[in-house]
Amino acid sequence: MTASQRRWFVAALGLLTVTLLVGVTVGPAGLPWHAPVTDLLNRLPNVQIGDRLTEQQSAILWQLRMPRVVLGALVGGMLAVAGAGYQGVFRNPLADPYLLGVAAGAGLGATLAIVGGAGVAVLPVAAFAGGVAGVGATYALGRTAGGRGTHSMILAGVAVAAFLTAVQTYVQQQNTDVLRQVYGWILGRLLTAGWSEVLTVLPYVIAATAVIVMHRRLLDVLSVGSAEAGTLGVQVARVRLIVVLAATLGTAAVVSVSGLIGFVGIVVPHLVRMLAGTSYRVILAVSFLGGGAFLVVADMIARTIAAPAELPVGVITAFVGAPFFVLVLRRSRRAW
Amino acid sequence: MSTLTTEHVAVDLLGKRVLEDVSLTVRSGSWLTLVGPNGAGKTTLLRAITGAVDYGGQIELDGDPLRGLRERERARTVAVVPQMPVRPEGMTVQDYVLLGRTPYVPYFGVESAEDLAVTGELIGSLDLRGLEARPVTSLSGGEFQRAVLARALAQQAPVLLLDEPTSSLDLGHAQQVLELVDDLRRQRDLTVVAALHDLTTAAQYSDRLALLVAGEVVAEGTPADVLTEELVSRCYGASVRVVSDPDTGIVVMPVRSSIGSES
Repeated sequence: MTASQRRWFVAALGLLTVTLLVGVTVGPAGLPWHAPVTDLLNRLPNVQIGDRLTEQQSAILWQLRMPRVVLGALVGGMLAVAGAGYQGVFRNPLADPYLLGVAAGAGLGATLAIVGGAGVAVLPVAAFAGGVAGVGATYALGRTAGGRGTHSMILAGVAVAAFLTAVQTYVQQQNTDVLRQVYGWILGRLLTAGWSEVLTVLPYVIAATAVIVMHRRLLDVLSVGSAEAGTLGVQVARVRLIVVLAATLGTAAVVSVSGLIGFVGIVVPHLVRMLAGTSYRVILAVSFLGGGAFLVVADMIARTIAAPAELPVGVITAFVGAPFFVLVLRRSRRAW
Repeated sequence: MSTLTTEHVAVDLLGKRVLEDVSLTVRSGSWLTLVGPNGAGKTTLLRAITGAVDYGGQIELDGDPLRGLRERERARTVAVVPQMPVRPEGMTVQDYVLLGRTPYVPYFGVESAEDLAVTGELIGSLDLRGLEARPVTSLSGGEFQRAVLARALAQQAPVLLLDEPTSSLDLGHAQQVLELVDDLRRQRDLTVVAALHDLTTAAQYSDRLALLVAGEVVAEGTPADVLTEELVSRCYGASVRVVSDPDTGIVVMPVRSSIGSES
């Protein structure tokens, strides 16, 4: 990383830290912003800073708010890194983590689970399985249709997504009693039961992000196109497959617990590109941190703006993200 | 030593034979230019040498077949200056030249001090000093072509392939780039294979020419052997005058047939 790239990394890390701290303290039960830090320090022997939290406050902080913001950071970070990875391997600015049918597959899986009356525990598993099956179908179709090219893969993704969405809509219309529940899931939400969701997605997020970040230099080489990258010694097809696989698994894992939160995978990597530069050495790391911060803030707005009701966070990411993105796009002269 | 040979090379693309029985030898440190009309198979032959297309026959470097080399080994053996190199948005000249070190950087790794030293030296010798931090999208055509050359040379491959390296350059910049390649070839004992449209330029810079028509080698030899009025007129369907002058070398001039018939 260059000095300027390091500065962006540090700035994004600072932003995420601040949003995490603010995120846990915003809500009906008011907590001071420094509560997480002082509460931790107060657990040390012979330390007493300010008033100790009551047992109830402590439970709200560590069992309700903290898992929720941490999950938000993981989901936002994963979607942003996966989006950046897709954009890199497909050299397409419109590529997002849902490109190859993962969203449609997960949507169908979740709908079937809800219609079937499955419990909260089964829904993520069904969504994950649906997402992976959707991408699997896209991959199989793309391979048979057009060989090595990326266009055939993207078009296969469009076809698979349209097909699965049609099936999902049909199932949903046949079961209008669960319409609201299905719709709520599709719009995305970060309601959690606690730390279990965090622990479920954590290994996937760590593994997928690590794999994508390890390909940062090769993604930079791919920016000269697959033909030139090939003459520079890159096994383009293999790099593409590994990055897509990692991004897809990570995305399927996070949407299985959060629903289909849109826009993060496109808006965050593009913002990072415009601000911090076009090298994947900086895009991937800063997108992860920035995506996490973005979703934590969006979730904060989602649960406070219409309190005590809660808006789906996907509505906020698009409602806030789209105008902001247009603003930055207009101010930036850099083409993709 | 790095003598490149192609033996009975044949290539089929989409069921159509585009190269047939191409057998050529490029001696170590020499410059062979492929000439021929559009669609003759010049670029396809270069792509076969880089392994980008499947081929029949054999392509060897000092008797060792290139087929079967892994991508990284091949990129250390053969470097390419493409016809229309992509200018990646936002990438600096420094990072662009460093792309040439890809076959030396471990799969998950980053560039070593040696990689930086190699590219630093090339940036100096190709007159790119002072431009390192500029985005490649802001360079002039001539500057960018030097950056592309620097990237190819950073691969430290004994074989350098040039696919129409001057097609987007004006006369002066085209000359500069070819002089530069010729100097580098002598300094580094590079084996150069180029595809060029301009026959006069090809004659001036090449040790030998191979004239391809419809995928086959029609003539191969020194520029004087290959560039005869009869052969060029027939193969290109053009009306030309070939002038050989001790001062200028061989000059191939297009002639309008109406003007030619009047004189």
